[in-house]
Amino acid sequence: MNDILLLLILLVITYFTGTIIEKKHFESIRKREIALIKKPIVNFGAKTWNTNKKIKKIELVTGECVISGDYFKNFVASLKNLFGGRLTTFESVLDRGRREAILRMREKAIGANFIINTRIESVMINDNYGKESVPQCAIIAYGTAITYE
Amino acid sequence: MILTNIETVPGMNIVAQYGLVTGSTVRAKNAIKDFGAGLKNMVGGELKSYTELLSEARQEAIARMQQQAIKLGANAVINIRLATSSVTVGAAEVYAYGTAVKVEPKG
Repeated sequence: MNDILLLLILLVITYFTGTIIEKKHFESIRKREIALIKKPIVNFGAKTWNTNKKIKKIELVTGECVISGDYFKNFVASLKNLFGGRLTTFESVLDRGRREAILRMREKAIGANFIINTRIESVMINDNYGKESVPQCAIIAYGTAITYE
Repeated sequence: MILTNIETVPGMNIVAQYGLVTGSTVRAKNAIKDFGAGLKNMVGGELKSYTELLSEARQEAIARMQQQAIKLGANAVINIRLATSSVTVGAAEVYAYGTAVKVEPKG
């Protein structure tokens, strides 16, 4: 009986904390994406990209983010796993992580005209840690920032 | 030193190439920070201390790669790729590799 009570309390608490954190995070991501809308970012390289303009600076830029779901999300996902289908609770976590990493990379490229050849690299940190563990995802985004003269 | 992750250096000619240079590092945070991250894991959100860890690891991997390139006499590394893997819980491995080349401005 006590175990079930503890589980319920934990679920309710993590539901609220998770929702609040996610809402705030999405808000900040949207705001920063709108601010950066004039700086293009592409994922093709120099093979297809050509310019006659003079280039002042070429620089490798990176952005990192480690993101985790919460206890509630994990619980819902493990239930859904039985029936199959989309695990929407994890989709939003990974989406947040990737967008955050890309935004950090773009924010580091101060003064650059645009970023080419963007690559995103991600790894699950504790997926082999038993069933109870909450997934954490480490994401690195990197690309080459080009500044014209 | 010029670092790019495209096949060329825009506005420059490649005059010599010295082959593949690599740099890797495995780093971990202390137990207190691991514990804090474990708690943060329950409520969700970004794990700031691990992000920091990943950032330090990336800097070090790239720095090691650069040192190798400097030893070879290169002044640029092109086509850099970064790869990550999880060794154990709470540790991050970052591996950087690229081609060391010598470049000169066009014309």
